[in-house]
Formats: sequence, structure tokens, C-alpha cells
Amino acid sequence: MIYVEDKNLVIPGQILADDDYYPGRGTFKEDGKICSSLIGLVSLRNKKIRVIPLKSKYVPKKGDVVIGKINDVRFSMWDVDINSPYSGILPAFEVFGRDKKELNKVYDVGDVLFLRVIDVDEVKKAKLGLKGRGLGKFKGGIIVDISPTKVPRLIGKKGSMINMIKNKTNCKIVVGQNGLVWVKGDEDMEQLTREIIHTIEVEAHTSGLTNKIKNKLCLAIDGELPVEETEEEFVLEKPKLQNFKEELEQEEREKAEAEAQIQAENEEIQEAEVEEESADADGEAEAEEEKEAEDKPNFYEVIEELKKKNQTKKDKNLSYSDNSKNNSFILNNR
Amino acid sequence: MSEMIREDGRKYNELRPIKIEAGVLERADGSAYLEVGGNKILVAVYGPRESYIRRLLEPNTGVIRCRYNMAPFSVDDRKRPGPDRRSSEISKITADALRPALMLENYPRSMVDIYIEVIEAEGGTRCAGITAASVALVDAGIPMKDIVVGCAAGKVNDEVVLDLSEVEDKEGQADVPIAIMPRTGEITLLQSDGDLTEEEFQKAIDLAMEGCMKVSELQKEALMKKYSTE
Amino acid sequence: MDIVPEITRESITNLIFNDKREDGRALDEYRDISIETDVISKAEGSARVKIGGTQVIVGVKPQLGSPFPDTPDLGVLMTNCEMLPMADPTFEPGPPGDDSIELARVVDRGIRESELVELDKLCVEEGKHVWMLFIDLHVIDNCGNLFDTAELAVMAALKSTKIPTATIVDDEVVIDKENTFDLPINNEVAMCTFVKIGDKMVLDPTLSEERVASARLNVGVTKEGRICAMQKGGAHPLTKDDIFSAVNTAISKTKELVEYL
Repeated sequence: MIYVEDKNLVIPGQILADDDYYPGRGTFKEDGKICSSLIGLVSLRNKKIRVIPLKSKYVPKKGDVVIGKINDVRFSMWDVDINSPYSGILPAFEVFGRDKKELNKVYDVGDVLFLRVIDVDEVKKAKLGLKGRGLGKFKGGIIVDISPTKVPRLIGKKGSMINMIKNKTNCKIVVGQNGLVWVKGDEDMEQLTREIIHTIEVEAHTSGLTNKIKNKLCLAIDGELPVEETEEEFVLEKPKLQNFKEELEQEEREKAEAEAQIQAENEEIQEAEVEEESADADGEAEAEEEKEAEDKPNFYEVIEELKKKNQTKKDKNLSYSDNSKNNSFILNNR
Repeated sequence: MSEMIREDGRKYNELRPIKIEAGVLERADGSAYLEVGGNKILVAVYGPRESYIRRLLEPNTGVIRCRYNMAPFSVDDRKRPGPDRRSSEISKITADALRPALMLENYPRSMVDIYIEVIEAEGGTRCAGITAASVALVDAGIPMKDIVVGCAAGKVNDEVVLDLSEVEDKEGQADVPIAIMPRTGEITLLQSDGDLTEEEFQKAIDLAMEGCMKVSELQKEALMKKYSTE
Repeated sequence: MDIVPEITRESITNLIFNDKREDGRALDEYRDISIETDVISKAEGSARVKIGGTQVIVGVKPQLGSPFPDTPDLGVLMTNCEMLPMADPTFEPGPPGDDSIELARVVDRGIRESELVELDKLCVEEGKHVWMLFIDLHVIDNCGNLFDTAELAVMAALKSTKIPTATIVDDEVVIDKENTFDLPINNEVAMCTFVKIGDKMVLDPTLSEERVASARLNVGVTKEGRICAMQKGGAHPLTKDDIFSAVNTAISKTKELVEYL
């Protein structure tokens, strides 16, 4: 028995279903009932119920790409604020290898970097790295912050939202999974993009948002609404899957797709913008592999391959799959 | 007894008028405003966040810290600013009342701060504070098993009545504030102050729980109103 | 989150250089202002004021007390400010710190030095009993420019304040809370706060503008355009021209601000 519908707004303690359903993230089971633990939107896939939070703090996960700010320079590492209850560290080794250099000559307090979470310890402290194309220090631009749960909405399905904004404003945009967004372009366009991003954050759970944003952009930039197109109104996807296992696989697949998407989005624009890392040789190689992944139609297979490669390489800093266990954002993607 | 009309015209089982609003502050991660009778309560929640007070943190879960504070202008005779013994006690029992509902296992070594400000007081601020704090916690996106709600019953003129006003609290014979998790009916706060028979006590608890269930509906409405898309 | 990202510093500075701001305002433009009075029925005077997202509640409570020996026939003003931890993630619980005390004193100076409260009318018995006005400022949301918000809130709260009548009967003070009189006020004052970013003076700074600014200037002005209080803050200097141009702007802006009262 189920008491709610897909995309319903629910609150903590609300009973969602009996135990003939599976409790997913954002829910818990008590006395044979599945209840919500959050304020958020119900995501119903087959027999699995989840609640996608409206707001939440970023908790670092291995493999994520994040935007961080150097808060302190220490003897052999940088302290990095990653917009989270948990701070990150960037070990000097990750940047210089075995070379000895003065840390603050390279990155100083207040610098903003695009980083990858390469490991998370048992108390959630994040170890960060810069190996990979696109990672490094930002020059110029502005930082916009949104709730990390709204990141998928900002990206849009297959990057539809973010690409539209980029095309219309001519801004470069990098989205960190921790809810920080870097925008660089014409001064006025940067400010317009900030405003647009905040609109998306506030109205993330409303329907027809892509069109609304499109209108807003056109009005601000061209001074008129776009020519009426028969816009494909967002259709609810209802996968007809037979069992739980298949459903999970489907989920994994989409998740990988979305990650590859963020990856692709970010890298594309990053290349020219960040300082090239000298100790980046094998990072380059991996980035190439990632590029491949983007081009192929079936991300899932490629990622599976990558996973295998990575295992043999014992290199942990590129693994889409490690964090798939608890990654919720794809479902917020409409 | 149900015929009795109280000093402010209410029936024995009638609450004072209540207004709850979620998400009223810009900076806080979550916030709520509540009016019940002449009480005006504002609550802000920050977190889960890093805390430098190491000794308060726990390795396996997030912890909460609560600060109940009365504004100097919230009462008839100006109150000196800053904590006193009463507000320290209320801060502690409020944290204890909210804690059973919180699910902070995913946020080890983090802290959730709850700031309850009594802007104006008119009897029953601790229950009002708990009710508002729960809404602010939900607004902050904190995972919880249930939305804790508080309400008091008491004894005035030898009658057990719901939700004592300031005058009734002063003149009455007993005050029993409670807080519950409405889904299970479990009690997370209980104080009793005054003279009651066992029978009266049971009646007070039943009445207060009834009141809690009514207030709980208003909490839910406030949250739905804030976030539903027309 | 206290350290300002270097690129944020750059982008705000560049915007200001081109006479632009993140929220699209002119350099001498206020955010939206709203004022509500009589928001607390237990306080004899109260107001809630918002400038943009910044929000301050003020309560005024009169109490009978002894006058200062050098002014035996004048009432007393006491301004206290609590920068509540709810207002900003960096505010700590505890007794008022330096910032809080500075805010209270600067706001107080604007009220006191403009002599807008007729303190002689707050005397009940010379040398023995006068009304002490406790002005309690509660900062509940900090999105920048607490000074101007607080000054407006105090001004609005004072204007709404009702004082009980007190008479001396057989050497005892008898207070009649039913019969009140309006707090006698003969002027209006507002404060205009500027921060210096690059070479420009920016009115009504947001939080991020405050954080990248090199210096701050508060100018308290009466509605007739007389300067009654000033304070320079921040780690860097101001030039004479900075100050003169700010004062000039403040005098014209004060006329706008007192319209809200």
C-alpha cells in the first residue's frame, strides 16, 4: 500500500508506504511503515521510494568534483573550505609530487580551486587532489552558491539547462557537486547568470522551469521573448522495469551518465582557464579516457571498463563508480 | 466541568490562536516564526556544521546544541540580557526534547545549533519554542523521524485545562508542559510544576497530547505552505 | 567561511569601479526598506526594520531610576545591542563583543547628540526619580549594514514609545500604566553608512561588500541636514574627499530615509 505519489512534497515522519515497498534514501522503516526523514519530493521508481531533499549540506564523497577555497596554508598541506560541515585538505604531495616547494607561492589563502575528492576518511574529512584535466585554480569570474541538492537541476537533463545558460550568456560555467558554481564571462552576463542560477535554485521543484529560464534569459539579453517553439514539455519518465535489480542497474547507469555529464561540462570550459599542473602527466591520460567516455553513446559500458582499468592501476582518483552507492542527484534531474 | 469558560473566554480544551511560518530568515540554514496567544518566538537553525568545541562532538553522529533566550523587552519588567538559570534549564530540556527525533548518523562530528529567541512572552514559551524549533529544523533540511511538537495542560480553579496563558500560569495550581513525537505518541519532554492528583495528572497528559496533535497539524501546514508549488 | 575568496574580491572591486553592484543598485542607492512599529505589546515602544535581508528588532522599556548627579533633572537613555547568534553563522553566543558595543554606541550617539528625546520631560522628581529608557537592539538577520538598519529601528521604536504617567504621592512614586503620554521627540535622525571599495564610497553595503571593503564610514544626520554622529571604521584610511562626498550624499539620503518613519 502506498500513500503518496511521485513528486509529492513530504515532510519528516510522514508515512509514505507499507513495507511492500523498498525504503530508499531520505526514508526509514519503522513498525512496517516506510516514512520520510526529510522535507523533500517523493521519487518513486517501481517499488522503491526515496525522498529527494529540498535542502541539504554537502557531505564529501570520493570521486566528486568540488569547488574549494584555500583557508590556510600549513607545513605540508592546504586547508580547503569545501562548503560542507567537513573541511578538506590538499596535501602538498598531490600538487608537487616529491618536489619541495613553498606552498603559498603556488596557492595562497583565498584562492579558489576546482578539485577532486580523492578520499574521505572515517570522520568525513576529505582528501583532495588536482590530478585530472580541468582541475586547478580559477582566475577571475564569480562564485555563486546554491544548495548542493539543486546541482542536478542546474545541470538539467543531459546538461540542457546549463548549456542553454552558457550559450545565451556566453559565460563559462563550472559546477561543483558541493553547490558552488564558478561563472566567468562579460561582467553584466556574470551577474545575470548569478540571478538565473538563484532563480533555478528557488524554483527547482516547479515544472516548466527550463522554458521559464529560457524566457528570462531572452528577455534580459535580447529584450524580447524567444520565438514560440513547440517546446517538448517535460515528460515524466516511467521506466517499465520488472524487478528491483534491474531498477538499481538503471539507476547506476543514469548516475554514471550524469556524472560524466558534469565532468564533460566542466572540462570543456576548464582547459583554457586553469593553471596547468606540472605534476599532471597521468592526470592528462585519465582525462583522455574521460573524453572517450563522453563520446561513446553508452556511458555505462565505458565506465565499467574504466572501473576495471582503475582497479588494476591502483589509482583511486578517477572512479565514477565508487560513490554510486549514495548519490542521489540524478533523480532530481527532470 | 466542560461548561467552564476561562478568563480569556476559552473552553477547557481550547488552544490560544496560533500562527506558524517557516523559512523567515535569510542567513540561517533553517528558521521559523511562531505566535501563540501573546507569545512571539523566532527560531534559527545552523548546521550540520563544523564546530571547534571538540569536547561536544561525537564520533558516530551529529550533535545538537540549543540556546533559549528571552529578549529584554519580551516581558513586563525588562529582563537583563544574557542567560540565567531558567533559560539554561529550558535550553537543556529543549535539546533533550528534540534529540530523539533527529537522525544525524550521516553527519558524524558535526553540530546543529538551534537558537530560540523569545521576542515576546505570554506563558508557555518553552512549548512554543520546541514547536517552532522543530519547524526550523525541517526547514534546514535536517533528517528527522518526526516533527516534535509541544503543548501544556494545567490546573486552574481545580479544573484541568489546555494551554495555560500567562495569567492562568501565575494563578493556576499546576502546569504540565509536554512534547511528543506525534506519529508514535512518544513523550520527549515532561515537566510538572504544582499540585495534581494522579487522576488529574493523567487527564492533563491526555489533554496536552490532544493539544499537541492539533498544533502538529499547523506545523505541517506551515511547511507545506512554504514549499508547495501553488 | 570568513576568508573572502580572492576572485570575489576582484569581481566586486571591478563592478564598483564601473559604478555597478552585484544586486544592480547604484552606488548611492538603498535596498528595499520596511518599517513596522508596535510589534511587541509588552514593550512600551517597538519596531522591526528591514533593509534588504538585514533585520533588526528594537524594544524600548522605560524604568524609574535615579538620575546622574550632574543632570538631576534629565531622564536617561541606555542603548544595548545583542548581535544574536541566529543572525549570522559567525556570531557567537555570549555577552556583547566589540562589534556589538560599537554598533550600540554609534546608534546611541545619533539619538543622543541630536537631542531629539526631550529628556527634561522624563524627570519625575528632580534628583530622585527619572525615567530611564532602555533601548534594546536585537539583530536577528545580518545581510550587511547593521548600522543604518539599527538607527532606523531605534528611531521608529522611540517614535512609537508611550511613557506611563508617574506622580509623587506622599513621597512615593505612583505609576499609572493606563494613562500614558507619547515620548516627547522633537526631531528625526537617520544614519548613512558607506564603505570604501577601490576608490569609491558605496552606500548601504551588502555583506559581501562589507567584507571586501577597506574602510567604513557612518554618518548620522538629522532631518534638517545637520551632522550629529560619525564613526570611521575598518583597517584602512579614508581621504578628506571620501569623507566630504559621503557626508554630502548622507545629507540628501537622510531626507529619503526619514520619509519611512
